[in-house]
Amino acid sequence: MTEFNLNGRTVSVHSNEEAPLLWVIRDELGLKGTKFGCGIGMCGACTVHVDGRATRSCITAVGAVAGAEVTTIEGLDPEGKHPLQIAWLELQVPQCGYCQPGQIMQAATLLKDYPSPTDQDINAVMAGSLCRCMTYLRIRKAIKLAAARMREGGAHG
Amino acid sequence: MRTFTQRRTVRRTAIAVIAVALFALIGFASLAWRPAIAAIEPPAKTSFSPELITRGEVLAAEAHCASCHTGPGGEKFAGGYGVNTPFGVLYGTNITPDAETGIGRWSLEAFTRAMREGVARDGSHLFGAFPYWAYTKLYDDDVQALYAYLMTRPPVRATTPPNTVPFPLSIRSLEEGWKILFFRSGRYRVDPAKSSEWNRGAYLAEAVSDCAGCHTPRNALGGEKTSKALGGAVIDHWIAPALTEANPSPVPWTQEELFSYLRTGLTPLHGATAATMTPVIRDALALPVVPGGDVRAIALYFSDISHISARDSDIQATVKQALATSGLGSGQEYNPDAKLYAAACFSCHYNSATGPLSARPELALNSALTLPEPTNFIQVVLKGVSNKEGAPGLVMPAYASSLSNADVARLAAYLRRTRTRLSPWTDLEKKVAAARRELEASR
Repeated sequence: MTEFNLNGRTVSVHSNEEAPLLWVIRDELGLKGTKFGCGIGMCGACTVHVDGRATRSCITAVGAVAGAEVTTIEGLDPEGKHPLQIAWLELQVPQCGYCQPGQIMQAATLLKDYPSPTDQDINAVMAGSLCRCMTYLRIRKAIKLAAARMREGGAHG
Repeated sequence: MRTFTQRRTVRRTAIAVIAVALFALIGFASLAWRPAIAAIEPPAKTSFSPELITRGEVLAAEAHCASCHTGPGGEKFAGGYGVNTPFGVLYGTNITPDAETGIGRWSLEAFTRAMREGVARDGSHLFGAFPYWAYTKLYDDDVQALYAYLMTRPPVRATTPPNTVPFPLSIRSLEEGWKILFFRSGRYRVDPAKSSEWNRGAYLAEAVSDCAGCHTPRNALGGEKTSKALGGAVIDHWIAPALTEANPSPVPWTQEELFSYLRTGLTPLHGATAATMTPVIRDALALPVVPGGDVRAIALYFSDISHISARDSDIQATVKQALATSGLGSGQEYNPDAKLYAAACFSCHYNSATGPLSARPELALNSALTLPEPTNFIQVVLKGVSNKEGAPGLVMPAYASSLSNADVARLAAYLRRTRTRLSPWTDLEKKVAAARRELEASR
């Protein structure tokens, strides 16, 4: 039995402590927004936040997040209106969409650390988040748009 | 054929040898013998002043007693934590005041003897996993405070699991030999040439927190190599780095950096803690009950004995140089090692030129890359850092299931090559394989 906080509520799960957090989130807790990509922490599709920081949930054991606060794409903003999500919609970033929850979760940590990210900051922090549809240019644009609005509005800072 | 005289000589020599051995054994046994100290009725809580109990609580936190005397998932101080030693597993005992399974029947005299001489109330020698060689330096009033605190905890009935030390090492009186070789009884001696804060730090480091217990290497018999005091040692498969001027961190541990590290488990210029250091920080020095002044004193002591004043002039330059390497691999160049690093590590470990962030441990400033051996790098990559260990709020996934031995070795070699100016590590793949075998055996 492992207890942690998921999107603001305490959850108690029965999966083995060694089970990947991703499986627990999708299969035991039923939140399907977080995606399975490579399963070895090399593509970023499974990115969630652990204590506010982007973490690959496919190689993080659920036992390792006991007592932590886990946030998935469903919990990033109560209404799905995080500045990144708005920018993503406006610029029509996704193509197939599969990797995008992970991209957005990773970008949220990027903006927390670097509110005015340079191209190098984006290249480096987003490097582990792959998109096979090659939406990288729109991802970069959306990150910069959201960053600008967050700096002005101060929301989600 | 031997003559009568020859046979007589042989017999006499044999008798002499046996007699000497017997005398030596009797002599050793009498040296090793300690009387039992009479059992008492567990003292009433009211027999200790609240001030003394509070002082004891602070000291017990600083000495992180609970980390060895609390079993996994067990009651605090009720024992059961297994200490891995080269001689076998030794279990921390029950030090709650339970009369039957704890130390409820121990008088202050018995407790003091255990702390300072490593002898239990019944006269048997304690094994050296219990750092009495450090506690022997404790002042009288601090021993009394610890006694007052422990004797006023809730008694818990819990029998300690049997140790796995094999015969004949399990004979407790043999510990006397160890004591003759390696143990010197005596209180902490103030160094009058140093400030009172320095002496407070030295006292806490040597007598209370026993930093040497993990950071000083040991000889084959488990004695501390005093010539290499605090020179760094392997503990539970990790390297506890040197705390002397041989410390491998690129940026020296100033008092301020070490204070933040001991208080929070991470600093921007050194990175985050992990492994065996976790209980020393999270369950001890970071606890609110521990005064900041004490932690600051420990930090001052180590910044002084590692001679940082001679080395701290170029911190800015070191940080700048580290940050210049932090973005390597973010461009379009073709470098398979850099691509592997970018896929696996970049999103958390990259730092922009504006300065390292504590939540993004900067690898070019991290001792995991500058130690003579890749031990800590391999351990952290394979095992990760769970929410229960390391710095609070900083979780690292375990890459054991996703990276092959060759991948981990490549990452280690790449980072050592690009983030430090030190000579390459050798036999990397073999060392990763050994660490993986150990990890799999421990599951």
